[in-house]
Parts: sequence; structure tokens; C-alpha cells
Amino acid sequence: MRKLTLAIAVIAPMFGHAASAEDTIKIGYIDPLSGGGASVGEGGLKTFQYLADELNAKGGILGHKIEILPLDNKTNPQESLVQAQKAIDAGAHYITQGNGSAVAAALSDFVTKNNTRNPGKEVLYFNYAAVDPSLTNEKCSYWHFRWDAGSDIKMEALTNYMKDVPSIKKVYLINQDYSFGQSVRSDARKMLGAKRPDIQIVGDELHPLLKVTDFSPYIAKIKASGADSVVTGNWGQDFALLLKAAADAGLKVNWYTYYAGGAGGPTAIKQTGLDHQVFQITEGFPNSGNQGAMDFEKAFRAKVNMSLWYPRAVNEMRMFKAAAEKANSIEPVKVAAALEDMKFDVLDGGQGLMRKDDHQFFQPIYVSSFGKLAANEPFDEESTGWGWHLVSKVDTPQAMVSTTCKMVRP
Amino acid sequence: MLELVVISTLNGVLFGMLLFLLSSGLTVIFSMMGVLNFAHASFYMLGAFFGFQLTKWIGFWPALVLAPLLVGVMGMTVERYGLRNTHKHGHVAELLLTFGLAFAIEEIVSMIWGKSPLDYRVPALLDFPAFTIFSTNYPAYKIFMLAVSVIIFVALLIVLKRTRVGLIVQAALTHPHMVGHLGHNVGRVFMVVFGVGSALAGLAGVIAGPALVTQSDMAAALGPILFVVIVFGGLGSLPGAFIASLVIGLVQTFAVALNGSLASAFGPLDPSAGPSVLTDIWDVTIAQVAPIVPYVLLVIILIVRPMGLMGTRES
Repeated sequence: MRKLTLAIAVIAPMFGHAASAEDTIKIGYIDPLSGGGASVGEGGLKTFQYLADELNAKGGILGHKIEILPLDNKTNPQESLVQAQKAIDAGAHYITQGNGSAVAAALSDFVTKNNTRNPGKEVLYFNYAAVDPSLTNEKCSYWHFRWDAGSDIKMEALTNYMKDVPSIKKVYLINQDYSFGQSVRSDARKMLGAKRPDIQIVGDELHPLLKVTDFSPYIAKIKASGADSVVTGNWGQDFALLLKAAADAGLKVNWYTYYAGGAGGPTAIKQTGLDHQVFQITEGFPNSGNQGAMDFEKAFRAKVNMSLWYPRAVNEMRMFKAAAEKANSIEPVKVAAALEDMKFDVLDGGQGLMRKDDHQFFQPIYVSSFGKLAANEPFDEESTGWGWHLVSKVDTPQAMVSTTCKMVRP
Repeated sequence: MLELVVISTLNGVLFGMLLFLLSSGLTVIFSMMGVLNFAHASFYMLGAFFGFQLTKWIGFWPALVLAPLLVGVMGMTVERYGLRNTHKHGHVAELLLTFGLAFAIEEIVSMIWGKSPLDYRVPALLDFPAFTIFSTNYPAYKIFMLAVSVIIFVALLIVLKRTRVGLIVQAALTHPHMVGHLGHNVGRVFMVVFGVGSALAGLAGVIAGPALVTQSDMAAALGPILFVVIVFGGLGSLPGAFIASLVIGLVQTFAVALNGSLASAFGPLDPSAGPSVLTDIWDVTIAQVAPIVPYVLLVIILIVRPMGLMGTRES
């Protein structure tokens, strides 16, 4: 008798599992959960799990529960393909990834090939943070959708702000040595050259991605160049350590960044004592003043104990739900069709658009600075007492860029 | 220019001394026991994590003493119950054991502390600029790191070359039976040496933790460069390791400071040819390849002088 109960106890969950596996929407989350990118990868994972819970609490998508499968790619394109296959084998029809455009290019290619070879078993790739412009231009794919603003869009907005700051005379560029870092550096050169030809580029540095443990030699170079401003696309430990070394050496310059808000960034900025001299360019930030976003931020912090780095992830998941409801299906092919040219009210206010031509999502973009908080700014970062403050906003129509994408449609 | 040279020299010396602190234990173990310990960098990592945890509980200064001791005890345990049994099966068995141990330690560390970087900070007492050169501040903590490295170097040299203990240890390596007959417990001597070597790695971890990144991949990141240091300096030579650490620290730091490339030396290639592998090689700056420079040095030294700078034997 005891053996029978035991057998039932073992087998019963399997049946339950098989039934629920049909029901749940599995999303493979492929990002670094170890190595130098682990801090950002884990932050992203917590964000997506929170968003899945939030949707599940309201009945999921068309009655299906959502499950996030954490898959560690070690920021490595090759490893990512192994993990993507693992996600597909586990029954996922959707994958999402953000850290590293080299990884994104590999995944986009993989998904496109997979969908050509296995009609009826298509997989969609939702990109929430890999911003190399080529992903929605020469390398664009029908099966890839990007919710983050491309690097060129961000640099356009950032240089539009910088061109009106007369105190900028000498700019130093330091970036990670891979496709994204190279695009930041070439866009910055091109756009600053066009908008402010009087600005000198006094340094243009590329360093290995997520490998440098001590940035003091680089800081010494920046100092020697006499730069007053630094432009960097660095993220993860490459940003935190860069700022840490700047704090140690007492380097006083303005920093124009993409990802200063990531893990360890705010703590490092506070160490430098640079009050409102570090800027970042994002699609949203905690003190944006939008009530819905502020409420979300509050609930998110209370539960996850981190600030929301990825408003775009919120937009991605909510828009996924809206698209599935519009198509009345959770099949990837129908969801993809529904997403094209879909308009969506984003978390931080205003309307965004998923452009059909290149599957790039366009939304309002903000430049914010990090420092002492004003009266109506409730949120600080990493318990530093400092937080993000609005500097300028670019609305959706002004944040549009053209594309060279020649999309192959199924 | 002068400013960059002076500051790069300082940075290079600081980084080199950290490398020495890391490799001193490894070279001691190797020269005394002939064991090439692959898990050495893992003991360094354990030192950093113990240091972080103990700092949280009892403060940095007690942790600075306790964490290396803990790591040393672990090292002794590994020697007594692991290496001693594999020793008779030769080098390959020892290598495999330490290699496996390195993986095990990394997994255990990430299970306990997770894979994200920890917030391991410099103690408040040392959190100020020690001095300023050309308007660049030098944190007191880095000077402290430098001082510790130099003290360790001098202390090790004195112990090995000038004391009875050092005499026995050196004799035990070449004539274990004779030393045994003279009434010394050779097994215990080796165990203690291994413990001291591991403790040195642990000490390097406690000290380097706040200055670099404390996370579960730090052993894997620094492991290879350690072997470069001891091979470059000469296997088992303490002064060799000291010089090699300085050379590698300086070379790497200066490489970052140099923007030269083949293109800047000989003019750019014909742009009409379009981008190719050749233009990539032509345009790459020394700064971009700085991280691989130590490995180039390693290859060169192995070709020119296989026993290393100050090594005495070819193994």
C-alpha cells in the first residue's frame, strides 16, 4: 500500500506537469548569470520574473500562465545558441535577451534559421537591451523585435543635448571593444562632428569587454588628455569599475553615458562626488514624474529590492500581452503579425510604435542626470541618497531614425 | 607626457605588487614541494569572500588576520587528505586534483554568495587620498596594498634564506629521507608550507577584494596571469616572481597608455581596398591588445629562456 501511494505521489505531478506545460507560455531568458555580466543579467531576470508574476496575477495572457526560464549564456554568442536550443527543447516559443549585441546578432540569426527550417514551430526573439543599429538595419529579421532604442537613436538624442552645452570643448570616448561599443564611438564622432565641429575628440579608446579589473591606467590617459567630458557606452562592471577608478584618482569631468544606472553605477558615481555631472540616456527613469511609472517603481522596489533598470522590459511584456489579445492567439506567427505597426502607451507616459519596416520600437527618450534629489523626486538609487533628475525629453516623432532594413517576410 | 609616464609607472608598480602577492604563495608551494597548484587562484577567491563575510561580522582588520588563517587551514586540509595521497602518483594526478578543486570551489562560492559582484568596500580608515601627483589622487588603500606586498616579500626571503625553518624546508625538498632520519616530520613540513602558501593567496584575496571586483569568476580571471608570472620569473624563484610581477604590471599598464598602431607608424592602408582582416591588424592599437601582452611575453620567454628569468631548473 505504501509503495502504491509512493508511486502515485511520484507519478501524479508528472501528469500535472504535462498538462500545465501545454498551458504555460514559456519565455527563455538568455543572459549572463555568471561572469562579468552577471550583475546586469540577474537584475534583468528578477525584472522579468516580477513582470511574469504581475501578468499571472491578472490571469496571464489569454488565460495562459507565463513562466520565465533562466538560461545562463555567460555573455557568449556560442553559448547563447546552446541555451536557445535548450529553451526550444523545453517548449519555449519565445526568447528574450538584452546584454551584448554580439549575442543578439547570433540569436537573431539562429531564430531566423530555425523558423525557416521548422515551419509550424516558430520562435520569436524579443530583444530588450541589445542596441547595435545593425540589428534593425542590415542584419534585420522578421522574427526579431527590439524594445530598446537603438544606439544611433540614443546618440542622436544625447548629442542634441550636448550641442547646446557650450562648456563642452574636449571629449574623450571610451567604449567596450565589440560591435556595440564600436557603434557608439563612430556615431559619437559622426554626430558631434556634424553638430558641434568645434568640439575636439581628444581620445578614442576601446578596451576588452568585461575583462578589465582595474581602470586606473585608462583614467590616467583620460586625465592626461585634458578632456572635460567623457562619452561611454560601457555597462555592467565595465561602467562601475571605470567610475570607481575615476573616484579613486579624483578625476573631475562630465560623463555622458548609456548605462550609468546599472548595477554598481550609482554607488560609484556617489563616490566620485560628481553631483549632476553624470548623464544617462534612457526610455524612462524612476523620477520621471509619470504617476503610473512611479507607482510601478514603488511596488517593484518593495518586492524585488532593486530599482527598475528596464522600463522597456515592462513595455515588452505588456505589449506582448496586448498583441496576443489582438491576435487572439499565443502562436508566435500571429503575435508577430499583431505586433507590426502596433501603437502602445509606454510605462513612462506617451505613445510608442513598433515600426513594421524594421521591428524597432520608437518611444520617448529622456536625458537625466544623477545627483542630489529635488523635492518632488522620491526615488534614490542603491541607497546613496542620490537619484535621477530630468534634464531633457525627446518625443517619439523626434526620436525616429530611418532604416536600411530589407525585411524578408514569411 | 611626463605626467602619463609617472602615473603609469605608479599604476604599473601597484598592479605588479598585487600580482606578486598573489603569485608568492604559488611559487613558494612550487619551489618547496614541486606541486603546481591550479587551485591557487581559488584560494585567493576564498580569501576575498571570507574577507567580505568577516568584515560584515567583525570588521575589516580582524578579517585581515582571520580570513587568511581560515584559507591556510583549508590549504593544509587539502594537502593532508588530498595531495599527500596523490603525490605518489606523480604530477598529473596532482594537477588533476587541484584542477577539479578549482571548479568545485567556484561552484560552492557561487552557491553561497551568488554570482553577482559583492559590495566589498575599502575600510573607512584607509578611504582617503594618500597623496596627489599631477592632480591625480592616490588612494591610501593602494599604498597599503603596496606596503603589504613588500613586507611579505621581505619576510618570505628572510624565512627561506636565513632561518633554520627555511633550511629544513629546502632540505626536505631535495633529500626528504635524510631530513626524516634527522628527526623532522617531513609530511608535516610540507603540510605547513602548503598552508602558508594558501594563506598568502587568501591574504591577497582579502586585500584585493575591495580594490578589484569580488565575484565568483575572479579566480578564473586571474588564474592564467599567475602562471605567466611564475613561469616568466622562473619556476620556484621568489625574487624571479617579484621581478616578473613588476615587469608584467608595468608592461600591461604602459601598453594601455600607448595609442600606436602599425597604421600610425607606417601610414594607413589604401582605403579603396575596403575593410579586411589585414586592415583590422593594421589599425589595432597597442592599447587594445594590452591584456594579451603578458601572454606574448610568456611565449617569448619560453622560446628564449625556458627556465624563466631566474629559474634554476628546466621543468
